[in-house]
Amino acid sequence: MSDWAYVAMAWGITAVVLVAYAIWIIVRGRTLSRRVPPEDRRWM
Amino acid sequence: MTTQRSDATTTTAPPPAGGAATPDASGPIGTGSRGTRILGLATLAGIALAAYLALVSSPDDENMGDVVRIIYIHVPIVVVAYVGCMITTLGSVMYLWKKSRWWDVTAAASAEIAMVTTALTLVVGMCWARPTWGVWWVWDARLTSTAMLLLLLLGYLAVRRIPAESGARSKRASIVGVLLLPNVIIVNRSVTWWRSLHQDTTILNTLQPKIHGDMAFALYLAIPVALMMFAWLLVHRWRLAWLEEEVLDHDLDQAITDRRAEAGFDARSTTVDIGEATS
Amino acid sequence: MFRDALLVAGKDLRVEARSRVALNQVAPFALLVLIMFAFALDPDSGVLSKATPGLYWVAVLFCAVLAIQRAFAIEAADGNRDALRLSGLEPAGIYLGKMAAIAAQLVILEVLLGLGVVLLYGTKTAGWALLVCTCLAATAGIAAAGTLYGVLAAGLRVRETLLPLLLLPVLSPVLIGSTRAFEAARNGTPGEGWPWVGLLAVFALTYTIFGAFGFGPLLEES
Repeated sequence: MSDWAYVAMAWGITAVVLVAYAIWIIVRGRTLSRRVPPEDRRWM
Repeated sequence: MTTQRSDATTTTAPPPAGGAATPDASGPIGTGSRGTRILGLATLAGIALAAYLALVSSPDDENMGDVVRIIYIHVPIVVVAYVGCMITTLGSVMYLWKKSRWWDVTAAASAEIAMVTTALTLVVGMCWARPTWGVWWVWDARLTSTAMLLLLLLGYLAVRRIPAESGARSKRASIVGVLLLPNVIIVNRSVTWWRSLHQDTTILNTLQPKIHGDMAFALYLAIPVALMMFAWLLVHRWRLAWLEEEVLDHDLDQAITDRRAEAGFDARSTTVDIGEATS
Repeated sequence: MFRDALLVAGKDLRVEARSRVALNQVAPFALLVLIMFAFALDPDSGVLSKATPGLYWVAVLFCAVLAIQRAFAIEAADGNRDALRLSGLEPAGIYLGKMAAIAAQLVILEVLLGLGVVLLYGTKTAGWALLVCTCLAATAGIAAAGTLYGVLAAGLRVRETLLPLLLLPVLSPVLIGSTRAFEAARNGTPGEGWPWVGLLAVFALTYTIFGAFGFGPLLEES
C-alpha cells in the first residue's frame, strides 16, 4: 500500500468514527427529549 | 432539587396532564441550541481549513514522506483524549466534594468522548506505524500506556452503566474517576521505565518527527480545532447524559403513578410535583 | 482503628479457616493456571522457563481476583454488609482488616505457586531477599487496590465481570514491577530488581491511603 493509502485510511476512519458518534448523540438526544416533559429537558 | 422551566424560543403550551403520552414539541427537542450551532459551524470551518493545510498545502516530511500527514490527526486527537480524562477526574473530584449532579454528568460525558478519541488515537497511530516501521504495533512506552488508558476508561464507563440506583452509581463512578488520572500517571511511569530498558534508538528517533514551518503551523492550528470539536461533542453529550437520567427518573415516576392508579389512588393528589410545590 | 482492623482480619481469616474456599478452590485454580501455561508454551522449547517470572505473576493476579471476590462475597450473605456498617467499626479499620486478610491468603498462594513453579517448571531460585521483598510489596499493593475496587464492585449484579476489568489495568504496574524484580533475581543481578521493589512499595502505600479514605463512602452504599 502506498503512503497516501495509509493517510487516507487514517483520515477516513477518523472522519467516519467522529461523524457517526456525533450523529448518534444528536439522534439519541432527540429521541430521549421526546420522552421527557419539556421542563425537564435541559439543565436550564 | 428544582429544575427551572426551559425557556424555548417558541411559545410554551401547558404540558398534557397525567404525564406525556404524546411528545410535546413546546420545549427544545434534542441537544442543539443556538450556541452549539455556532460552535458547530465554526468547528466545521476549522476542520476544513486544518484538513486543507494538512493534506494539500503543507510539504511532506524528509524522512516519512506523506505519512506525516497522519500526525495532523494523531496529535490533536490524543490532546483531546487527555483533556477529556482530566475533565473526568476533575468532575469526579467535584462530585465527591460538592455532590453536584452537574459535575457528575460532566465527568460521564467527558469520559465517553475520551474513550472514543483514545481508541481513535490507537487506530490512527497504527495507520502511521505500519508504513513507518513496517509493523502495526510496537510495545513502546507511549503506545502501551495509551492502550492501558483505553482500558481504564472502559472500566470507568462500565461502572457508569451498572444497574444500580443513580446516587450509588455516581458515587462508585466518581471513585473510579478520581483514581483515573493517578492510575494513568502510575501506569505511564511504570511502562516508560520498563520500555526504557529495551528501547531501540532508531525507533526513538522516528517517534519525534521534526516539525517546523508550514508543518508546525498546520499542527498548531489542528489542535485548537480539535478542542473546539471536543467542546461541541461535550456540550451535546452532556445534554444527552442529562436526558438519559431524566428519562429514567420520568419513567420511574410514571411507573409509580401507574401502579398507584391500578391500586385506585388519584394520581394528582398523591404524586408531588416538585416544580409546582416550589414555584 | 488498628484494633478494628485486627477484629475484621481475624473474622475473615476465621471464615476462611472454616470454609476453606481459598484452599479448596483458589489454590487448585493456581495449579491449574500453571498447568495451562505448560500446555500453551511447550516446556521443551525453553519458552516456559524464560517466561516463568511473568507467568508466575499473571497466575498470582488471576488468583487475587478470585480471592478478592470471595472476600466480599462472604459479606453479601445474611445482611453482613449492614451489620458491618452498623457495627460502629471505623471504615478505615475495616478496610485495613480486609486488606490484611486478603494479603495473608495471597502470601500463602504465592508460596504455593512458587513451589509449583520450582517443581513444575524447574526454575532455579536465587536472590531470596529480593524475591521475598518483591512478594511482600506486590501483595500489599494487590491487596490495597483489590480491597478498594472489591468493595466498589461488591453488591452489584455485575460484580464478577466488573472487578477484573477495573482491577487488572490498575495492577499492571505491579505486574511489570514484580516480574522485572523476579527476572533480576533469576539473572543474578539483584541490583536491577530493588528499584522495582521501590516502585511496588510506593504503589502499595498510595493505594492503602486511597483505599482507607475511599472505603467508607463506598461501604455506605449497598
